[in-house]
Amino acid sequence: MAPILLADALLPLATADVSDAAVASLPKLLGLAWLLPLASFVAILFFGPRMGPHGRNAAWLATAAIVASFVLSLAAAGTWLGAHPVVGHAAESHAAESQAAESQGHHAEAVPASTGDWYTLYEAGRLKLSLGWYIDGLTVLMFVVVTFIASCIHVYATGYMHDELHEVTDHDVHLAAGGHLHRPGRFHRFFQALSLFCFSMLGIVIAGNLAMVFVFWELVGICSWFLIGFYYERKTASTAANKAFIVNRVGDFGMLIGLMALWGALGTLDFGRLFELVRPAADGHSLRVPDGMVEFAAVDKVAAVAGTHAGSPEAAASEVAGRIDGWRAEGIGRWLLFIAGVGIFCGCVGKSAQFPLFVWLPDAMEGPTPVSALVHSATMVAAGVYLVGRFYPVLSPDVLLVIAYVGAITLFIAATIALVANDIKRVLAYSTVSQLGYMMLSLGVGGWVAGLFHLVTHAFFKSLLFLCSGSVIHACHTNDMRKMGGLAKVMPWTAGTMLVGCLAIIGAGIPFVVGLSGYYSKDAILAQALSFAQVNPRHSILFFAVAGGAFLTAFYMFRLWFMTFAGSPRDHHVAEHAHESPAVMVAPLVALAVLSVVAGWKLPGGFGIEPLIEQARPAGTADGIDGGFLFGGLKIPAEHDSHAPAIHATATMTAFTTAAGGVLLAAVMYLWRIVSPFVVAAVFRPVYKFLAGRWYFDELYDAIFVRPAKGIAAVASATDRGFIDRIIDGIAWSAKKLAGIDAWFDRTIVDGLVNATANATWNAGLKLRGIQTGRLRQYVMFIVVGTVAIFVLATLLFRSGVAAG
Amino acid sequence: MNPLVDPVGVVHYLVVGAVLFTAGIVCMAVKRNALGVLMGIELVLNGANVNFVAFGSPVLRADAGPLAIDGPVIALFVIVLAAAEAAVALAITLNFYNNHSTVDVDRADELKG
Repeated sequence: MAPILLADALLPLATADVSDAAVASLPKLLGLAWLLPLASFVAILFFGPRMGPHGRNAAWLATAAIVASFVLSLAAAGTWLGAHPVVGHAAESHAAESQAAESQGHHAEAVPASTGDWYTLYEAGRLKLSLGWYIDGLTVLMFVVVTFIASCIHVYATGYMHDELHEVTDHDVHLAAGGHLHRPGRFHRFFQALSLFCFSMLGIVIAGNLAMVFVFWELVGICSWFLIGFYYERKTASTAANKAFIVNRVGDFGMLIGLMALWGALGTLDFGRLFELVRPAADGHSLRVPDGMVEFAAVDKVAAVAGTHAGSPEAAASEVAGRIDGWRAEGIGRWLLFIAGVGIFCGCVGKSAQFPLFVWLPDAMEGPTPVSALVHSATMVAAGVYLVGRFYPVLSPDVLLVIAYVGAITLFIAATIALVANDIKRVLAYSTVSQLGYMMLSLGVGGWVAGLFHLVTHAFFKSLLFLCSGSVIHACHTNDMRKMGGLAKVMPWTAGTMLVGCLAIIGAGIPFVVGLSGYYSKDAILAQALSFAQVNPRHSILFFAVAGGAFLTAFYMFRLWFMTFAGSPRDHHVAEHAHESPAVMVAPLVALAVLSVVAGWKLPGGFGIEPLIEQARPAGTADGIDGGFLFGGLKIPAEHDSHAPAIHATATMTAFTTAAGGVLLAAVMYLWRIVSPFVVAAVFRPVYKFLAGRWYFDELYDAIFVRPAKGIAAVASATDRGFIDRIIDGIAWSAKKLAGIDAWFDRTIVDGLVNATANATWNAGLKLRGIQTGRLRQYVMFIVVGTVAIFVLATLLFRSGVAAG
Repeated sequence: MNPLVDPVGVVHYLVVGAVLFTAGIVCMAVKRNALGVLMGIELVLNGANVNFVAFGSPVLRADAGPLAIDGPVIALFVIVLAAAEAAVALAITLNFYNNHSTVDVDRADELKG
């Protein structure tokens, strides 16, 4: 653990100058760590197919880039911890933390984030768009986590994707001519997309303003589209890719509304400035509607004031400034703040697969398993939670309540669907959705640290679980758990690491003593939910959702493990071919398993992931908020309150008993087979069908959105063909007829006149050519005769003229 | 008046000119040899020249004016033109001979319509 040693070593020297200089190097370090995958992407984009046989070396380039990013991130973490050591929290055991005054003092000293711009894209007046950074403990932590998991997955993928190194026969694509699709391998293209994805994800993490977040947000979306649709010849894969992309656009539309609300009212999307506007330091960092939003919302009153001071804008402006506090007290602008918060949250709903937009994530499992592990469990879907965490200071209590309920609904629905899913990756996908619901709920009830802590621990154990499932699929060539069973004997490493993952996700541990990473983060969430339920009895259902979710999680995770690894093989054909995966795939599993165990622990010096997140807590959010801005009677408890022994003990015991109950039930049904799952399914047949049908969300959206959209499209198409096309065809037809008449006139009358003239001239010429005999002597005779004739004529005329005269 | 008994005057020159002119015309019309035709042309031109000189001579006409060089000047022009024309015509004839191995103008009917 290099960062810790570095931190301890620097501690005595940590004068202001040293720490400032160290922090000043962070943008360079992290910026480099951020750009390395981009370089790898560009290199593979242009030279990928030429990198070794079948582009094999592209994998090494991408892996080297992301490992280098990981090393740089570690260095950055060391630098950060050197400048801002994580101390103090260590002394407090959870039980002995009742001295509110002392802890208040501790929380008050917020560590300032490092902010700044690399490049300004656009600046006009108070409006400014830039490429900037916002670096605090959370950024550094996320960099380390994302690059570490991405490194593991890159290594794993070099083994998993080796089929793509040569000609591939895709057995899932049936050609119309019969037989299966043969295509060249796309090994390098996979790593190209992975590199771009890492770059985009790190871009979201380091972004200093919401506009930059939005750009990388969309980049992540397009990478996800590339990777889900990696086997794009398969109809299901290309459909799933499109579905993921389109569903995310729905959320992004809300995000755009939120961005516009902020940009229009406040003129900035910069995190640092937004936080200062919403939680001014002068006011003790307590949340309030910023001046810009009050003025923006009270546009009528501002106009009235301006009317009374016609001709003197300065006087009007000063009176408006003087009256803003009064307007704020009236509640003006609260809706605007709400819309901004909910709008940004909408984007997170799409990206983090929350209700009602979670339908894309399970389908996204069509991509290769390393993608599922990296993109759809550990990082990309975490981006939504990360953004809510990052944007947390601006969220009003009402928005938080919305977030909490969305999270609760999501975690419950997804957990119930996971109970009956038979596809191993789908179980994990729904589990991911459910865990993301946990995080959102935690953030919504005021558990900022708990939610983000769970984000980090979940990233470890969920990527572990996905990689294990990939290892199983690699061995069995099927996703269907009903064909597995008894694999623990042939795949001991995979079975063992997956067991660690399952224990971590259910939060296994010895209560109050020690546990796996999930034990700490899940308990923190439960405690915060309980704390919230106690001060808001009306919303106590949120706590029951969390507790029930814990039970369901334990059940479906161990159902998965028992069905896959325990007992005897159900399908001998599958069992015979199963084998342990190569070392290049097992090594990442072990690394992630170790981290899944230890990620929640604290070192003796007081360092741990949770205190590091606590250190990054935005100024002012440590205190609870009393009273909602729009919904009365709402109280967000301070997160510190959940450490109180009464609450914490209850939460820990609840978590332990529900998880143990879930595991026990799973064992009864799938390990010991005391109760047959088929009997249970038969008894609760309607419920089972409802869950197996995934709550019929896809059918519901199909009926509500897709079919009407298709219907409207059909009507539009019919109008186009039957009406607009007819008119245009009619115009074209009459124009053609008119042109026909015109052409006839031109050919017969106009051309006829010209031709007649030409013919007459031609005929005259033909007749006159006879005169030109070409005989010289004849010409002389003509001349003589002609001359004589003229003389004779002239003489005769002269004579007759004289006679007449 | 009777030209045969009158003293020599303009009329006599005109008669000579007319005879020369007519002889030239006839020569042009009847000769098949291109050189003969050219000679006919020379006769026609010189017949005209005799007329010019006669009309312009102060010896023959009292009203011709004191200097009276317009007649001989025009005659000189005609002689120069005739020389130029003869050069061009002989060149054409030579070319014609080279192409057809003859100077018979009746064989030169390639420009007939």
